[in-house]
Amino acid sequence: MKLVAVTSCPTGIAHTYMAAEALEQAAKDAGHEIHVETQGAAGAEPLDPAVIAAADAVIFAADVNVREKDRFAGKPLVSGPVKRGINHAADMVAEAAAKAAEAPAPAAAAAAPAAPAGPKLGPGAKLRLWLMTGVSYMLPFVAAGGILIALAFVIGGAEIANVVNGGTFEGVTYEAIADPTRLLAEAGIAGVMFYIGGLAFSMLVPILAGFIAFGMADRMGIAPGVVGGLIAVAVGAGFLGGVAAGLIAGAIVMALKLVKANQAFSGIMRIVIVPLVSVFATGFTMLVLIGRPIAEAQAWLTDWLAGLSGVDAVLLGLLLGAMMGFDLGGPVNKVAYLFGVGALASGDLTIMAAVMAAGMVPPLGLALATVVRPRLFSQPERQSGKAAWLLGAFFISEGAIPFAAADPLRVIPSTVIGGAAAGAVSMAFGSTLRAPHGGVWVLPLIGNPGGFVVALLAGAAATCLCAVVLKTAWKSKAAAAADDQALVTI
Amino acid sequence: MSDLITADLVDLDLTGADRHAATAALAARLAAAGRVTDTEGFLADVRAREEQMPTGIEGGIGIPHARSAHVTAPSLAFGRSAAGVDFGADDGPADLVFLIAAPAGGGSDHMTILASLARKLVHQDFKAALRDAPDAAAAAALINSALA
Repeated sequence: MKLVAVTSCPTGIAHTYMAAEALEQAAKDAGHEIHVETQGAAGAEPLDPAVIAAADAVIFAADVNVREKDRFAGKPLVSGPVKRGINHAADMVAEAAAKAAEAPAPAAAAAAPAAPAGPKLGPGAKLRLWLMTGVSYMLPFVAAGGILIALAFVIGGAEIANVVNGGTFEGVTYEAIADPTRLLAEAGIAGVMFYIGGLAFSMLVPILAGFIAFGMADRMGIAPGVVGGLIAVAVGAGFLGGVAAGLIAGAIVMALKLVKANQAFSGIMRIVIVPLVSVFATGFTMLVLIGRPIAEAQAWLTDWLAGLSGVDAVLLGLLLGAMMGFDLGGPVNKVAYLFGVGALASGDLTIMAAVMAAGMVPPLGLALATVVRPRLFSQPERQSGKAAWLLGAFFISEGAIPFAAADPLRVIPSTVIGGAAAGAVSMAFGSTLRAPHGGVWVLPLIGNPGGFVVALLAGAAATCLCAVVLKTAWKSKAAAAADDQALVTI
Repeated sequence: MSDLITADLVDLDLTGADRHAATAALAARLAAAGRVTDTEGFLADVRAREEQMPTGIEGGIGIPHARSAHVTAPSLAFGRSAAGVDFGADDGPADLVFLIAAPAGGGSDHMTILASLARKLVHQDFKAALRDAPDAAAAAALINSALA
């Protein structure tokens, strides 16, 4: 952590320097780098503007006005009397470090409207900034979880998913391992990796929701956001459910913050009332108003698909592929996937191939787009593009979520079109697949693999082309402003 | 430039009913050494600073100080009080009292020395050494060597 501080006191011969020394000691002890400007009688040596620019947070320990405060505008600030700097330097440093750690949230930047560089953001840009806050905190979970699952497939074979969670693979039925502490003994290191990766993945949506709400309403947003995200997982609402949960939670906390409590009440407001009301209201909304309709829609979709028997195979592939690409592990995706697994069990192997091709395409196509037109993507998106290659190759559609959650209106159409193309082409070639997952790792189990690969290429190309066209044609100034700001704060 | 402090400016048995008495006792030493020309005038300047904000620091330190026209050379008088003198710190009286006298028009060289003294006061081992100093000469040497 890089810190800068200004110390000053009325006479400028004693406390100014004691505070400087104490802050330097405390920062050193805590492992931070600090530069202190002593605005005292020995003449202030101004901080190098480059040092200020690089600082993660600012500390003022001053009894008199800090000179040229503007230099620090927009940085997380801890401010106190000079004696606090002397007596409680460690606290001030810890507080500054905590504020700096929070700072990736654009809330910190937004909370400092005085910042001369930050243009005022319109509602569209704000929304994008909130979404990108959630995505940026979610990314490590995607990378860790996705790569662990991919490695588990490589080490343990594609059946590792069924060894751990139970189910049938290639005609062998596995019992789920109920006691996770037995995983290493019964499923080996691959089983352990699959389990850990799965747990990391299960946090995708709660973290996304929690930090969207955090972006909107600061730390009070985290609890209702995470709980709303957990409910999105529980009701199978997928990442779109998580986005909804985050926005709902953030909006509720923002509204609650507007309630002006009197002095005596304000403490209990922050500690009890806001968390209680926001968590319940978000949870209720997600469970009752969103969860139930989603479950009904899923049941209807499942029945509808079952009634489609006899429809043209290519059309069915197109439809299932579009569903796979729509919400990347969400409710619609799940209906299509389970339809494929069901067909697999009843002996129709073409549908599973189409479904897997369509599920691999979204991360692959978007990864391709970050390479073809890097300037259309933010820095974090370009980074997640690298992991997306691997996740796509292993049929982990969630690799596309960071893109879709940050910019749903342009990315989801792209993944839908790419998925539809892949599904249709795979069906047209009559490719088959005997496994319910695994990606490139189950290529030996694919009938007519050439056709399957063509389907992947066609789908990835379609997703990439569509994303590039949409992001180019419809790149609003607001989004650019949000991206600029996000670059600074993430 | 003369040393910031000499043995004459150290009082290891500082007494005084309150911070003003203790400060006055130390100021008298500065005056006797010719470093302060007008004791009353200097004390008034110190009191003015003290009234803005007490100069006591947690950990048993009091640092009354002033930049004053009545000071001829940047100086320090150091007193050690067994009973402690209240300098308004949150955690109780100070047993180490540093009276810092800075000339009003002092160049920044002087101020730099005082600044490094102030920085030293934050260090536990420096304070501990002062508490253990056997006599005035040792305390003065300790302080001067710390600033060398």
